[in-house]
Amino acid sequence: MNQWKNFTKGFIKDNPIFVLLLGMCPALGVTTSAINGIGMGLATTFVLVMSNVFISIFKSFIPSSVRIPAFIVIIATFVTIVDLSMNAYIPTLHEQLGLFIPLIVVNCLVLGRAEAFASKQNLISSVIDGLSMGLGFTFALGLLGAVREILGSGSIFDFKFINPEADGILLFVLPPGAFIALGYLIALMNRLKKS
Amino acid sequence: MDYIVIVISAIFVSNIVLNQFLGICPFLGVSKKVSTSVGMGGAVLFVMTLATLVTYLIQNYLLVPQSGYLAELYAEKGIDLSYLRTIVFILVIASLVQMVEIMLKKISPPLYQALGIFLPLITTNCAVLGVAILVVTKEYNLMEALVFSISNAIGFTLALVLFAGLREHLDLMKVPKGMRGVPIAFVVAGILALAFMGFANLV
Repeated sequence: MNQWKNFTKGFIKDNPIFVLLLGMCPALGVTTSAINGIGMGLATTFVLVMSNVFISIFKSFIPSSVRIPAFIVIIATFVTIVDLSMNAYIPTLHEQLGLFIPLIVVNCLVLGRAEAFASKQNLISSVIDGLSMGLGFTFALGLLGAVREILGSGSIFDFKFINPEADGILLFVLPPGAFIALGYLIALMNRLKKS
Repeated sequence: MDYIVIVISAIFVSNIVLNQFLGICPFLGVSKKVSTSVGMGGAVLFVMTLATLVTYLIQNYLLVPQSGYLAELYAEKGIDLSYLRTIVFILVIASLVQMVEIMLKKISPPLYQALGIFLPLITTNCAVLGVAILVVTKEYNLMEALVFSISNAIGFTLALVLFAGLREHLDLMKVPKGMRGVPIAFVVAGILALAFMGFANLV
């Protein structure tokens, strides 16, 4: 397989959020600001790449009847590593993301790539697939976070560009805004993909 | 804590789907028809209650025991198993779903017919694991944990059924071409979430 194509597919063509519609819970739950979205995306990318590596290495040792529990154990190990290291080194972000860090383990995206890609392909392809999907996920979360932060609090990466006393459109920071912003972003991506 | 407060806040104020964003995949995936969404809601109610019960017991008697032989042993040897929570919980939930599926097939074929196709989907339903972890972080006792999980399952079913009803009507509407399918579903979910925000400050 063409590795460059394998790498770029995650951004637009097979974007996990906008096209495959996988991993929606963190995409809606943590994207109140661009930084949160990117942090969550990078944490997921780490889990995705590492679990792809290990599943690709061990795929011939895992009997296919118990492969799903085996994949879950591998994924859960890396989720625990991310959870504990984020708690130690970036506690503020860890607190903001909260419940969604341990929930990476049930992110359909991670298990989906393990089952559909890493358990069939060689190591290099699996690493690139993990990076592609993870960075595509990060891109989508960062974009959604940026849109919500710009509209909702009139700032980007915590830099406020409107009158400091003014509020943004509060709706976009609240839960309903997440659904509405994501709906319009998906429509926009569909349009971009067609042209 | 007052049970009524737990029930009202789990179902309406911080609805698990529309406010906490847990279980979005089944919320989008099985909400095309009201009848299937009721089936999914039933399966979630069943699994979520059972999973919360089992994970509660594991958390409080195996991983972080408060008293008894294990607690003394852990204290003596300096063992702290709390970091195993994520791994143990997800394994327990995955095997529980499998077990429920096998048992339902044997014991009650009609119920299996109704819930069967939804059961495998529940393993990756983050609402189940989410509620199990929330129970631990909120430090509920057993009774509160059960009430919390049942009311969250009811809240999930309520959101799912309402959304399925809206989507059934949406099929008959003239929607602009670019918004058809998933985008309009998200916007409708947003409006539903907006309606649920009216319940804020209820408790």
